[in-house]
Amino acid sequence: MSPATKSKNPVPMKERMKVPRQLMPEQAAEERAHNFEEVNLGYSAELAQREAQRCLECAKPTCTENCPVGVKVKEFVELIVAGDFLAAAAKVREDCVLPAITGRVCPQEDQCEGKCLLSKKVKPLGIGYLERFVADYEQKMGTHVVPKVAPTGKKVAVVGSGPSGLTVAGDLIQKGHKVRVFEALHEIGGVLVYGIPEFRLPKQIVREQIDYMHEMGVEFETDVVVGRTVTIDELMEEEGYDAVYIGTGAGLPQFMNIPGEHLNGVYSANEFLTRINLMKAYKFPVYDEPMLDLHGKNVAVIGGGNTALDAIRSALRLGAAKAYVLYRRSEAEMPARAEEVHHAQQEGIDFQMLTAPVEFLSDGKGWLTAARCVRMELGEPDSSGRRRPLPVAGSEFDLPLSVAIMAIGTTANPIVQTTTPGLGTNKRGYIVASEETQRTTRKGVFAGGDIVTGAATVILAMGAGRRAAKSIHEYLTTGEW
Amino acid sequence: MFKIIHAQFLAPGIKRFVIDAPRIARKQKPGQFVILRIYEEGERIPVTIENSDPERGTINIVVQSAGKTTNLLNSLNTGDSILDVVGPLGKPSEIANYGTVVVVGGGVGTAMAYPTAAALKRAGNRVLSIVGARSKELVILESEMRAVSDALMISTDDGSYADKGFVTDKLRQLIQNGTRIDLVVAVGPIVMMKAVSELTRQENIHTVVSLNPIMIDGTGMCGGCRVLIDGKSQFACVDGPEFDGHKVDFGVLVQRNSMYRECEQLSMEEFKRNQHTCVATFQEVQGAQR
Repeated sequence: MSPATKSKNPVPMKERMKVPRQLMPEQAAEERAHNFEEVNLGYSAELAQREAQRCLECAKPTCTENCPVGVKVKEFVELIVAGDFLAAAAKVREDCVLPAITGRVCPQEDQCEGKCLLSKKVKPLGIGYLERFVADYEQKMGTHVVPKVAPTGKKVAVVGSGPSGLTVAGDLIQKGHKVRVFEALHEIGGVLVYGIPEFRLPKQIVREQIDYMHEMGVEFETDVVVGRTVTIDELMEEEGYDAVYIGTGAGLPQFMNIPGEHLNGVYSANEFLTRINLMKAYKFPVYDEPMLDLHGKNVAVIGGGNTALDAIRSALRLGAAKAYVLYRRSEAEMPARAEEVHHAQQEGIDFQMLTAPVEFLSDGKGWLTAARCVRMELGEPDSSGRRRPLPVAGSEFDLPLSVAIMAIGTTANPIVQTTTPGLGTNKRGYIVASEETQRTTRKGVFAGGDIVTGAATVILAMGAGRRAAKSIHEYLTTGEW
Repeated sequence: MFKIIHAQFLAPGIKRFVIDAPRIARKQKPGQFVILRIYEEGERIPVTIENSDPERGTINIVVQSAGKTTNLLNSLNTGDSILDVVGPLGKPSEIANYGTVVVVGGGVGTAMAYPTAAALKRAGNRVLSIVGARSKELVILESEMRAVSDALMISTDDGSYADKGFVTDKLRQLIQNGTRIDLVVAVGPIVMMKAVSELTRQENIHTVVSLNPIMIDGTGMCGGCRVLIDGKSQFACVDGPEFDGHKVDFGVLVQRNSMYRECEQLSMEEFKRNQHTCVATFQEVQGAQR
């Protein structure tokens, strides 16, 4: 923007800090705790414009610098101020292929909003809310433009249809490459469909984003477990793919290896959420996938991340009488998004901080009845830089439970690595890839997202996808490795 | 969509489907399985692969009616389709020349034991097979098993065919006759695999069993199929389905497989009540797809 261009913002610069951050309309806590409808209802055009007017239009926008995919925040927010919502959506799409999704699930407080200049004095600009608004507006208008590009004749296989794979696909199709995405499950979207619940990310939104990618020419093939159904080598040598991107995601759920973890009623968060989100077990018996009846039961999740909160808030919606979060550190260390913690508290989730189970107790017939827990205190910082939780002697107590959900992280899924000779992995089994180019140790093979970093967030996976797409394009254009 | 090229009952309630699935057919090895979902509201269930034909691009699966999904599946015929079939999943059987191998197939488990027996035979083993079933009409794949075995023994629980008794009786006879056995492979009901493992433990004969816990994705992502092996949790879909029978906690497997019994009964009762309309609607959908 040239210095001569005048801001269209009617609010004078010095007044902007005085405008309060516009609240996101949401379903009342007592109501939403019993349904799977979305919690946040979205800004109206008026709210969006009023919020957009708070932008300080920094000369050096740190929000964009701190966005893993580099969304041009200042520019799209200006377009909202100007009332051109479709142009604003198109501006977001230049850098983010899934704006309706990132607008909902990004941890904005750690990314764009965390570096917003406003946040030094008042609340940061609602960048996530604004992104969501323009993406939803565009969808409602049904007018997204499908860019036309000349085909390059190159073919790229994307393994996994989660956020990073979809980003790679979206970016490369716009460069004219032929892209085919392989998905192990029967639905496209990866964690967006099996992991994140309806009340936080409606599946209709995910489907719309995928339909759009379809319109752009991305091909999808479900029911393919790469490594088992077809190998990376077969894709390249026999099916003619010039490059492959591996974005297979977080992998195998971890357990604590404490007594009683095999009892009926103990789930991994992945299984619990997959039953609900992908298999729609909450609609049993209309859907065939079964689910334990949680009505009137005590349910606890073990862990403090977004997955833990997704699981326990789902349990509450399935009728749980008491829904606990057991986290071994304190609230300050919880990795979950601030908004989710806040929403969960409003809904009546009981947070038991500095608490960890040491054993699951049974009724003698194989069913869970309680978790034997211990209270913790924080000691010296550990390798993660967070203070290490240590058990408090003599603090054991039994918490009556029918269902316990383990949400303590994942380990690398070995299927692709063990079936792809020459693909380098680190000592934890994750794929080794350059942080800058996402290149692996195999020529033409790139990787990114959780299968490289271990479990992280949707936007970090998309960031890796973005870098990979750029470097795949370079490789396909120059042939240089 | 995966088209059913041919469907045929092998026994009452046990049906074999030849399915057009070229990718799976190319890669399938003995001991592996598929997960399928027959319609939009359906659950995902693991199913045995009996055989495959890479040239034709087809796989054979064998399904025994038990709950709603398997009953609905067995109402499908040649020309119908299955919405999703994914595989081949699990680690293949470890095929080598062990010497003398006893392959035990119980009930519908015989369908999974068969390709393993055939591969072991091709690898140069002396293959002694034991096939067990509740009664005469439930004995499946007899001629197929005979063709890949140096000897085939059959037992039926009620004595309506061959010898009355259990597969373990046949195995015990072999041991008592002084037959040198280098490996036992047992695939069938949990009680059968447990009984075989207990018998061979006393004799110190290495025994491999194929486990069938509840599964959803089949790629290791959900952890629902965890089994207790030597006191440690393992995932049947990625670490198995075959495990050392002497290390398996069969009690935990039975217990975990009973987790949804109430739901399964409810589904089945509802299915029985509406069987006629349920199958008719389903067939209508199939017809429209054809």
